[in-house]
Amino acid sequence: MNRLFWAVMVVLGLVAPFVVYPVFVMQLLCFALFACAFNLLIGYTGLLSFGHAAFFGGAAYITGYLVKQVGLTPELGVLAGTVAAGVMGYFFGVLAIRRQGIYFAMITLALAQVVYFIALKAPFTGGEDGLQSVPRGMLFGLIDLGHHYQVGGKPLDLNLYYFVFVIFCLGFWLIYRAIHSPFGQVLKAIRENEPRAVSLGYKVERFKLLAFVLSASLAGTAGATKSLVFQLASLTDVSWHTSGDVVLMTLLGGMGTVLGPVVGAFTVVALHSELSSIGSWVTVVVGAIFVVGVLAFRRGFIGELGRLLKRSL
Amino acid sequence: MHLNIHMVLAQLMLGLNNGVFYALLSLGLAVIFGMLNIINFAHGALYMLGAFVALLGYTKLGPLLGMPGFHVNYWAALIVAPLVVALVGVLIEKTMLKRLYKVDHLYGLLLTFGLALVIQGVFTNYFNVSGTPYNAMPASLKGVVNLGFMIFPKYRLWSIGISLAVCFGTWFLAERTKLGSQLRAGTENPSLVQAFGINVPLLVTLTYGYGVALAAFAGVVAAPIYSVSPLMGSDVIITVFAVVVIGGMGSIMGSIVTGLALGMVEGLTKVVYPPAANTVIFFMMILVLLVKPAGLFGRE
Repeated sequence: MNRLFWAVMVVLGLVAPFVVYPVFVMQLLCFALFACAFNLLIGYTGLLSFGHAAFFGGAAYITGYLVKQVGLTPELGVLAGTVAAGVMGYFFGVLAIRRQGIYFAMITLALAQVVYFIALKAPFTGGEDGLQSVPRGMLFGLIDLGHHYQVGGKPLDLNLYYFVFVIFCLGFWLIYRAIHSPFGQVLKAIRENEPRAVSLGYKVERFKLLAFVLSASLAGTAGATKSLVFQLASLTDVSWHTSGDVVLMTLLGGMGTVLGPVVGAFTVVALHSELSSIGSWVTVVVGAIFVVGVLAFRRGFIGELGRLLKRSL
Repeated sequence: MHLNIHMVLAQLMLGLNNGVFYALLSLGLAVIFGMLNIINFAHGALYMLGAFVALLGYTKLGPLLGMPGFHVNYWAALIVAPLVVALVGVLIEKTMLKRLYKVDHLYGLLLTFGLALVIQGVFTNYFNVSGTPYNAMPASLKGVVNLGFMIFPKYRLWSIGISLAVCFGTWFLAERTKLGSQLRAGTENPSLVQAFGINVPLLVTLTYGYGVALAAFAGVVAAPIYSVSPLMGSDVIITVFAVVVIGGMGSIMGSIVTGLALGMVEGLTKVVYPPAANTVIFFMMILVLLVKPAGLFGRE
């Protein structure tokens, strides 16, 4: 994709908070990063993790706790959440990579359930209530992320917004670089034909594990950032519903496309906020979209678009 | 801690009671996986559906038909609910799963996950998530039995017995009958079996129907013990997935034995260290993955 496209995207990102409610855009960015991280596994390595909420929500809890109770600055908090998710990802990965395909999905789901129980029972997580009123804090000890600017009569939390935007761009860039590096090529080779990758001398398990840790860490970054935006880490963040949501985002947008997860995340988050009035029927709608997506729309939005334009997006 | 042998035996019995449900559910998953190569994520939702068919047949069907005195009693529900759910399963297989056999098996998991959300979402809208009691337990199964080491509810004893009978019946069907040998041959090499004039697509459909009927049967048997809740399926299915990872889906007897054993392990944990009872099966899974990655009865 050319430079002009990326320049337009960055400009859109910069002006977005003046047009759309900033917290909503930040939510979109967090989930978009989450879905991009997830796509690194399903789209480029062919591994379906059904437990990614553990990294997203686990990091949200850890960052929330460190920022609130220990008084870490937000950037260190996000960093700590990312590292913690990466460590968790290492342990999940070491176990799950021992089995293939469908088993891999079931193992990650079961391990994530352990994290859910910990979040429910551990003394520092606030149980059913979650970890509430996480402070946004002072970035580098200098910039107040809780500050609201009055723009055209509306209070906009621009400091936090640009912090989140920078994190998203860094994460997205990292994933983009990983996909287009020799490392990314090996991942694709594993996805297409694992025995052949083995026979070519690649240490497949090591590549899978590295991809898993990278994906888990960035999912953690997304969750950690989310806990600052909403000032909350809750059981929803670690529940299997969230794991399912990120699968849906990636499926809808297009697995194995660079932009697909972003589009998918925007769609699913917008759907959740538009349909919040119909209560638990949202689950039914989400499930139905899953069914239709799998049956008729496996390439996703960006995948279909890429097919029309005959290029990889 | 004071470990009382009576307490241990009591928890083992209660654990065995949970274990028969794990066995029935993981057995259904294994039967479906063997033939269709997919993991049926909707299994928990169909287990819940089975319990709801029994509940609604008892409380709502009569008034709906204009015959307030009419109930589908427990014994009828044991037959009817699995049949109704099997029919739902056949519809799912015929209209949706059938289209996915040629693509990556992961899509089957995703499709059934979507179906689980739909079924669970619909029931969550109409029924209390904390559960509705199913009061259709027949008089002959009420009361308690003295097992010598404990007083045990008669119904729970019945639920263990009938579930074990169905489990071993399924084993017999798959391993010792002509139909079973066709099924196993169809698992190994569908195109060759088809060349012998056996209708493999029909076998596949029936297998899916039978697998989900087992889940519905478990739902009916469980209904009088636990209350009937829209979330009962999603609570149990993740545990059953761990059971399946531990046992491996290679053998039918393997899934039965693993299900029973893990139910009892869970029961024992309630005596030894109660806070871990919810997670012990997941930790067993981790242990098995470290020691024997293919699963106890797996053949990967």
